[in-house]
Amino acid sequence: MSIVTVQLGQCGNQIGHEVFNALCSDVHGTHGLCSKKENESYHDACKERFFSEEESEVPVARAVLVDMEPKVISQTLSIAARSGCWKYDDRSHFCQKQGSGNNWANGYSVHGPRHKEAIMNLVQKEAEKCDRLGGFFTIMSMAGGTGSGLGAFVTQCLRDAFPTSFILNHVIWPYGTGEVIVQNYNSLLTLSHLYQSSDALLVHENDVIHKICAQLMKIKQISFRDVNQVIAHQLGSVFQPTYTAEGGLHYSRNPLGDLMETLVPHPEFKMLGLRNIPQMPENSLPYSTFSWPGLIKHLRQMLIANAKMEEGIDWQVRPPQLGSSIPSSHSTNKPLHFNTSIANLVILRGKDMHNIDLGSFRDPSLYTSWLNPQDAFNAWKTPRAFNKYEKSAALVSNSQFLLKPLDNVVGKAWNMFASKAYIHQYTKFGIEEEDFLDSFTALEQVISSYTIL
Amino acid sequence: MTQSVVVQVGQCGNQVGCRFWDLALREHAAVNKKGIYDESLSSFFRNVDTRSGGDGPDIYKGKICSLKARALLIDMEEGVVNEILQGPLRDVFDSKQLITDVSGSGNNWAVGHKLYGYQYRENIVEKLRKTAEHCDCLQCFFIIHSMGGGTGSGLGTFVLNLLEDEFPEVYRFVTSVYPSGEDDVITSPYNSVLAMKELNEHADCVLPIENESLFDIVNKIHQMINSGKLGSTVKQNSLVTSSAGSTKTVQEKPFDAMNNIVANLLLNLTSSARFEGSLNMDLNEISMNLVPFPRLHYLVSSLTPLYTLADVNVPSRRLDQMFSDAFSRDHQLIQTDPKHSLYLACALLVRGNVQVSDLRRNIERLKPSLHFVSWNQEGWKTGLCSVPPVGHSHSLLALANNTCVKPTFIELKDRFMKLYKKKAHLHHYLHIDGMEQSCFSEAISSLSDLIEEYNELDATKGGPRTDPSRLKIAV
Repeated sequence: MSIVTVQLGQCGNQIGHEVFNALCSDVHGTHGLCSKKENESYHDACKERFFSEEESEVPVARAVLVDMEPKVISQTLSIAARSGCWKYDDRSHFCQKQGSGNNWANGYSVHGPRHKEAIMNLVQKEAEKCDRLGGFFTIMSMAGGTGSGLGAFVTQCLRDAFPTSFILNHVIWPYGTGEVIVQNYNSLLTLSHLYQSSDALLVHENDVIHKICAQLMKIKQISFRDVNQVIAHQLGSVFQPTYTAEGGLHYSRNPLGDLMETLVPHPEFKMLGLRNIPQMPENSLPYSTFSWPGLIKHLRQMLIANAKMEEGIDWQVRPPQLGSSIPSSHSTNKPLHFNTSIANLVILRGKDMHNIDLGSFRDPSLYTSWLNPQDAFNAWKTPRAFNKYEKSAALVSNSQFLLKPLDNVVGKAWNMFASKAYIHQYTKFGIEEEDFLDSFTALEQVISSYTIL
Repeated sequence: MTQSVVVQVGQCGNQVGCRFWDLALREHAAVNKKGIYDESLSSFFRNVDTRSGGDGPDIYKGKICSLKARALLIDMEEGVVNEILQGPLRDVFDSKQLITDVSGSGNNWAVGHKLYGYQYRENIVEKLRKTAEHCDCLQCFFIIHSMGGGTGSGLGTFVLNLLEDEFPEVYRFVTSVYPSGEDDVITSPYNSVLAMKELNEHADCVLPIENESLFDIVNKIHQMINSGKLGSTVKQNSLVTSSAGSTKTVQEKPFDAMNNIVANLLLNLTSSARFEGSLNMDLNEISMNLVPFPRLHYLVSSLTPLYTLADVNVPSRRLDQMFSDAFSRDHQLIQTDPKHSLYLACALLVRGNVQVSDLRRNIERLKPSLHFVSWNQEGWKTGLCSVPPVGHSHSLLALANNTCVKPTFIELKDRFMKLYKKKAHLHHYLHIDGMEQSCFSEAISSLSDLIEEYNELDATKGGPRTDPSRLKIAV
């Protein structure tokens, strides 16, 4: 089944481009340290998911590019075409002349309805190119106007037009110390609206990725391109083909569906965090060796201590002792810094995978009480190594990972809202104070739900 | 890609405007080596086929034929505009873009606004419409004028009003040169306060400029060059005050250096809208992020660096120095110190070889020494444009919505009241048709209200921070 990617706004388009780059260079640039047959299956599965075969020499990404101003899209299209490895469909983009001005209301209430038909036509065309549609993957930032506002509107349209398809929103959390002054308002409105139409929100935080670039990748002058490449690498580690069943013979054909099934058991809990290890500069790779037990141990501790990367993990954090056998929904005996999970997914890529012990992830004390630990945890594997890392492990987690960032954003937005600053910019385009209050209520509800896990 | 139109009004407006067009051509020439008419050029220039006398349809693609500025030149005297039309820029404008008269406005806002406004209204509207028709997607009007005189101040604000009526969806950015204390125009306080009311009500963003600041910057550069410090030479075309490399080959006039600074301000402001970058910042984003309340739209600007040394082996500490300078008193374009007042919002538009990590590092570094209003503690808007200005490898434009504009306004009010109490020169205004005493009282009242709004914000500075309590959700 194929995934149609919708790239929204400057951020969405810049990242989307790096994602297809990463997928392509993984498939073509490395041979995965596995058998030729394995490699070929992997290649075919990846192709099916993300690229279509047309009468061009290079694979064509299954993507729709949307932006309200032309500069970024024209750059993205031309750079992709020049790579010689893959390209976008020349007709599969929509842009206008004047951007959304970082105004969520402009993106949602003005650009959305105005351009709905044109955008949905493009999406329909891409969907029809798929033999079987596996769902939609949208990439957007929360801070701006187009990705956030128009992105929320488009997600709603996708839900209306494709009621049974899976929709995964990849959302970029802006730097805490502002990129955009009204970013907290835009984020608030985006998250509350996406929560209604999306199946899950997969989040990347700029601050976290920036730290990874600085401390792990050792990049001196970090550019957005560097940040986007790390993000693309992490996404690739989730979306490249895997075997989802133990002893499976074929690569799974339904990545989005599988993801939702394993991680989103309840519609109130849709916030997914992503961790990927190891992460290091390319020239260090030949000098490093990894063991599965080591990687798994680190990943598990990153999960329970809510560490954002594999350096500086707090090893003191331990799961709570489950004293009583009666599960209580308000577990007051959980240590303060412990990150409680609803469901987790670990993805392992690389050789020597026999006898890997993932029991530590199945420990019931990691999870809330309302799912069976067997259902709460899943593992996907493939012997085919990913992107020059002979072994790599990714964790997609529906847990309290994003509770603090969410609380921060809502807190700051509330603070600003209390003074009524900038509200006139939104009411100008039809988003009123009541709409803000609705969004606050919705997100406080989500915060509350995640807090009492 | 959108287009912008520049409306230059009065002597000051036209002199600054002239420098703007000159430096804009220089900037595009440096970037556009192949002479192809591209989207970034189209934001300020039309491409016409001169054979059809400039009346023919615009040429949207291909080689540059003849570039025409998207501009309207208005002056009630002929001297300045005539000089422009006889100078090296004459081909950039055509006669249909000009509105002139002979006798001037006599430093009288009422003459500019009521008399000439009424007289030339239709003419102005018609010419504006024509310029707008040549635009695919008109985003912004830039008005350049001074506040202290008669034409720029009076007729300029009349045009501002007109723009709001005729083109309500198009942004109005006004670059206003405020009179200094020793201004030799006696009635400049009247003109300025009357104009302020219009700016309060009809402008989206105002960039106030004070001649004293421009003068100080020019002097600073002079000293730097003449001191022969460090033995390094300064790259001539990098000076923020220089016309080097532009069409001006004649000896520069005294105000040229100062006007070049303002021209550079406008070029930097629009750079991210015209050129590509990893984090674009369009004009509508500036208005969105920097104007938290409709009337508080006065933005203090600062430009760095003022010059580049020709010696390229200077360490990148200079990059951080550039950020520090942007917040220092002597780089601001009005006589004020934002560091000691309250920030409502701040925008940093970086050009050239600067990456997001440099930006973040410097924001972290400078934040502790700046006071931000309690509800906007992280009030930073940032933009990264890949194309640096001519002669530089990188540059920074900082726009601050800061209560430090208050003293400028208070002074203006005081100077106004000095004259008004004695009813000095009032009759020159009141005998103009349409002008009444109430115009004066409303204007001073509008200014007082504005000052009061800034006062209220200042009162919150340094006070205890009590965040409003959050919504409680029933569990």
